[in-house]
Amino acid sequence: MLRAENLQIRRDQKIVLADVTLDVRPGEVLGVLGPNGAGKSTLLAALCGELTPSEGQVWLGQHALGHWKGAQRAQRLAVLPQTSTLDFAFRVEEVVGMGRLPHQTGRARDSEIIHAALQAADVEHLAGRSYLALSGGERQRVHLARVLAQLWPGQRGHTLLLDEPTSMLDPLHQHTTLKAIRTFADRGAAVLIILHDLNLAARYCDRLLLLEEGRPRALDCPKVVLQPEALKAVFGLDVLVQPHPELGCPMVIAR
Amino acid sequence: MKTLVKPRSLFIGLSALCLLATWLSLALGPVSLPLIDTLRAALRLLGIPIPGEGLEQAELILGQIRLPRTLLGLAVGGVLALSGVAMQGLFRNPLADPGLVGVSSGAALGAAIAIVGGTAFGGLPEFIGPYLLSLCAFLGGLGVTALVYRLGRRNGQTNVAVMLLAGIALTALAGSAVGLFTYLADDATLRTLTFWNLGSLNGASYARLWPLLIVTVGVALWLPRRANALNALLLGESEANHLGIDVEGLKRELVFCTALGVGAAVAAAGMIGFIGLVVPHLVRLLAGPDHRVLLPASVLAGAALLLFADLIARLVLAPAELPIGIVTAFLGAPFFLYLLLRGRH
Repeated sequence: MLRAENLQIRRDQKIVLADVTLDVRPGEVLGVLGPNGAGKSTLLAALCGELTPSEGQVWLGQHALGHWKGAQRAQRLAVLPQTSTLDFAFRVEEVVGMGRLPHQTGRARDSEIIHAALQAADVEHLAGRSYLALSGGERQRVHLARVLAQLWPGQRGHTLLLDEPTSMLDPLHQHTTLKAIRTFADRGAAVLIILHDLNLAARYCDRLLLLEEGRPRALDCPKVVLQPEALKAVFGLDVLVQPHPELGCPMVIAR
Repeated sequence: MKTLVKPRSLFIGLSALCLLATWLSLALGPVSLPLIDTLRAALRLLGIPIPGEGLEQAELILGQIRLPRTLLGLAVGGVLALSGVAMQGLFRNPLADPGLVGVSSGAALGAAIAIVGGTAFGGLPEFIGPYLLSLCAFLGGLGVTALVYRLGRRNGQTNVAVMLLAGIALTALAGSAVGLFTYLADDATLRTLTFWNLGSLNGASYARLWPLLIVTVGVALWLPRRANALNALLLGESEANHLGIDVEGLKRELVFCTALGVGAAVAAAGMIGFIGLVVPHLVRLLAGPDHRVLLPASVLAGAALLLFADLIARLVLAPAELPIGIVTAFLGAPFFLYLLLRGRH
């Protein structure tokens, strides 16, 4: 449950994000689309409190984001950055276990949750391995498991912010990962996810926010947002949009 | 992945190593005491009446010379290793070391000011000298740590390369200031300063020991409370923040503990390099990077390693004595190179 009202972010006096009003609703996956430099990561940084908006406000549940104490905020809001650097040879389950730091649920419950999160991100088979021995995509899934563990099992009042969680994944794991995120939302969590792949966004998101030069161009369900004219205007790309033959969701094909 | 040592076995092993080092440190020296006499004299020192002929001499050597020296070695080794863990955690880099980033030289400068300044004012009274020395070394270490940290930060990120280079620059700067004090010093002070730069446990006294022991125990009790936060910090500052850690507060504590620990160690035993770098590394190789194990294990390992280094320093040229800084650098520098080269593959 995250709400942003009229957000504006300045960097060195330059407005990099403006007029963003949105709420991430319980049970929904909200996708954020836009070309490089459109302000997607800036939006995410503002929504998690890393950047202070020059105007507007972010609300987490009933309170302003800044009013939450560290651990209490972390029990409700988890954030997966685009890349994480970790130079120490933690074992995979230790990395995922760090997601449990804000909680005092005890060792037994934590290890159940770690196990479930490893399974959800399809990295169970990597348990016991050193994080440093993993490939880029495997590391990305381990960090996803970590933020899933932080809010496990995902419920109303929990919010998950993800910055391109599939950027380094093979096609199969792009889908398994988004299915896991979808399941998380189905249990009641609110999910905001930055994506580059329009078809993944069309298939797994309930609503899409299309950003253009730091301003929202559209915020609606995929069928409404993914129009050839809008995509041409924002991405400069000529596309065909067809319904998916089996699922019916929009499918974007570059011409 | 190779199997790691279980924490329990590690603690048992390291404790045994510490006891062995302590025993040898008490028993060996210009006058070698039979191991059993060492034990009996130690018990008598603790106030347990043990009958025995000729134990008075052993008791004297132990109580006046070797016990303070051994305790000093344990404390210096332990606190330097802890400071190393704190630095490596703060900079999220396993190759950070209090010596490399200039903390030790800052502390050395503080101490040099105290030594030379103290002499210039006609010598410091015995009851205040050691404490003032510790305080100056602490302030010197704190100042340089804070400065290196400030210089290494850009756009909210700690740039390790900048930090290391800033450390080199500040080490050189502090070195030149220490050189100036060396130039100004009279012969007796000069000798104190020189040996002090090489590091030594020689001439340990209880007066020098107390401030260090208090600091060591304090830091050793404080840092493990932050073990989980340190683990999270290794993920990155913003990740730790998202996990609910007060990152700014944690960083302040780490800088403070390091400056305090290194300052007190440098004040008591001079410059002893590489313990803070090598010990956390060895423990990580054995037991992994989890700070809940790493912190307490590093105290034990650092204490034991420094006592062994001191034994080498004492025995290799007996009856003369090498400054211990020479020994730790001689053993530590090749190990550091080994770590650098190993990381390439």
